[in-house]
Amino acid sequence: MSDRIPTVEGRIDAGERLAHRQTPAYQTKQGIYTRGTSGFFQNVRLTAGLVMLFMYYLFPWLNWGDRQMVWFNLPDRQFFVFNATFWPQDLVLLSWLLIICAFGLFFVTVFGGRIWCGYTCPQTVWTQIFMAIERYTEGERNARIKLDKGPMTPSKFRKKLSKQVLWLGVAWATGFTFVAYFIPARELVIDHWTGQASMGAYLWIGLFTIATYANAGYLREKVCIHMCPYARFQSVMFDQDTLIVAYDTERGEPRGSRKRSAESTNTQGDCVDCGLCVQVCPTGIDIRDGLQYECIQCALCIDACDSIMDKMNYDRGLVRYATEHELDGGQTHWLRPRLIGYGVAMLAMCVAFGYALTHRSTLEAKVARDRGALFHETKTGEIENTYSLTVFNKTSFNEEYEVNFQGHPSARLIGPATIELAPGQTRVQVYQVQIPPDMLANSRLPISFIIEPAKQPANEVTIESTFIGPDRWK
Amino acid sequence: MFNDSLPTFWSIWVAFITLLVIFGCLWLVMVVRRSEPFKEETEQTVGHAFDGIEEYDNPLPRWWYLKFLGTIVFGLGYLVLYPGLGNFQGILNWSSTGQWEEEMAAAEVKYGPVFAAFGQQSIEALAQDPKALEVGGRLFANNCAVCHGSGAKGAYGFPNLTDEEWLYGGSPEKIKESLNVGRMANMPAWQGILGDAGIEETSHYVVSLSGRAHDEALAAKGQTHFQTYCAACHMPTGEGMQMLGAPNLTDDIWLYKAPNLTVIESVKQTLRHGRQGVMPAQLPRLGEDKVHLLTAYVYSLSQQ
Repeated sequence: MSDRIPTVEGRIDAGERLAHRQTPAYQTKQGIYTRGTSGFFQNVRLTAGLVMLFMYYLFPWLNWGDRQMVWFNLPDRQFFVFNATFWPQDLVLLSWLLIICAFGLFFVTVFGGRIWCGYTCPQTVWTQIFMAIERYTEGERNARIKLDKGPMTPSKFRKKLSKQVLWLGVAWATGFTFVAYFIPARELVIDHWTGQASMGAYLWIGLFTIATYANAGYLREKVCIHMCPYARFQSVMFDQDTLIVAYDTERGEPRGSRKRSAESTNTQGDCVDCGLCVQVCPTGIDIRDGLQYECIQCALCIDACDSIMDKMNYDRGLVRYATEHELDGGQTHWLRPRLIGYGVAMLAMCVAFGYALTHRSTLEAKVARDRGALFHETKTGEIENTYSLTVFNKTSFNEEYEVNFQGHPSARLIGPATIELAPGQTRVQVYQVQIPPDMLANSRLPISFIIEPAKQPANEVTIESTFIGPDRWK
Repeated sequence: MFNDSLPTFWSIWVAFITLLVIFGCLWLVMVVRRSEPFKEETEQTVGHAFDGIEEYDNPLPRWWYLKFLGTIVFGLGYLVLYPGLGNFQGILNWSSTGQWEEEMAAAEVKYGPVFAAFGQQSIEALAQDPKALEVGGRLFANNCAVCHGSGAKGAYGFPNLTDEEWLYGGSPEKIKESLNVGRMANMPAWQGILGDAGIEETSHYVVSLSGRAHDEALAAKGQTHFQTYCAACHMPTGEGMQMLGAPNLTDDIWLYKAPNLTVIESVKQTLRHGRQGVMPAQLPRLGEDKVHLLTAYVYSLSQQ
């Protein structure tokens, strides 16, 4: 395995770093006022965020046949995703999916750092929307600082109020949409305005509204820095060949302000110390202090710095995605055992998931022998065992199941030859098996029930059970 | 307000320890709060470092401190409202039994009308109604199948409910009576009166009634015993008496036929030791409407 990244002391003195910090270890003293920026990475973030938000807000409104396209129906324990219906018995699929997500996260993190945090995490995406609203209602960074310092005026009140209203609107839409995955959106949207939705629905909409409002409006980077376990363990997977958002110290130092378009001199590095990279940072750090655990790698500082470099007619990339090895003037080793290992594991899990998904049974059947009496003698002296056969139709159509028996040539199965079930229906059917006593060589006979669905004979299920007879027969 | 699940001493003991722990926690929180060296946030560290990691010596945040106090207030409030301090029931008088009873009452309100609707119909009509039989079948599976079997075919000592033969009568009224008040069957032991020879002879006569293989001479002697002792209940013909639940001995159905014994050996055992059959009364457990529905289900079994 590759070496861990040494602490930043080698690059910048720890004391100096502490002095630079905008966020003290456990409470933000002064709020972070982020400056808006634009550029390649901001566009990628916006696109990624908008695509995901679009899907999130839209899905509950789409129907598949006569039901909602994505609908987790908890009371009936049916989980609809596109054309498929999942049942609690399919839980193993969820575990495969989560394992894929875990390995996917490991793979991406080893390759490109905290891509999840910076581009796709809901915390980041919703914070992005809330910051945009803030910028729209209260103006840019400097205007907001001034506004907050100033006394309350009608204009300030109006700005603050419109921000709060918009925030709460987005938060409510988020809460409503979340609940709409569990309670059909088209019913819920009417019911919850007319006061007819269930207490549970109001409770969860309220809870998610408050959580969204608080997380994206106020907690923001505090969640990433102090609360999120992902944030901590992702950094553990970094090595010196991981792409991180980094400031090129060699090129930038010694930093200093200068006239626009001044030539780079030997006494000064390329960093003009404009502070823009700090102002755009959503977690309020200075990327020039090196890799820090607060950094969610959103790459906004790259966009900010590139815009300045363009103005100065310097090369872009003073702050850029780079590896530690590259910054130290060495070679980046892209293919390394750790990355390949995670990649292979992720692919293997994908294959396992695909197999489990396409081969999952749409028929659930089990057999229970009667426990009250081991066996029963009929009037004609045959030995009879009673079985309760439970059949569960997991398909989305009416199905007919043929019930067959195997295990003894002279056995007789008493009970309906077929069971008809509506989608999602379960039935317990009692069957008796009779065998003449003189045909029974053993007191225990392994037998099996074979359940064959008429429309999908390939999904046939065989269930093992036992036939029990008397120990000594006279 | 107080129950008597614990002796007085132990009740006080439990209450004492519970309160001791709560007030001990309060004391601990207060003492730690008072001993904090800095009342404000500072850059001061506690003075030790490990791998370059140092720790601020800041006071417990106020909201956190208040949260601790809040849990103590909650705990005391809880103990006033709910049982927790020994035998003290709490002023809400809540109990798990009480909650169960409430839930059962709520279920009765919800499902009662369903069964009441079935209760309005005649048993003969219900026995033809697939919906009623489905519900009745579930009642049977939950309440009866443990003895009579899922298929109601009975077992050793438990009668088969799917045939035409009934110990106490197979009319809807009689089945309902069996379910409502239960049945207590009693076959006395005859060993003391008949002796070994008498048992042997009587048993041959009994199996001869259903046409089974028997010894003619023994059966002839057994017939006198039968007419003397058995005919009172099983009738001189051996066809039994449903009023008493005395089984018909001519139908070749043997309730107590043990799997490892022949029919005649089983009859001997019955004669020697007697039999006690018990069907528990279901009315107190299930109520009238459910018994009505169960009657229809059981009745339907022998009508097919």
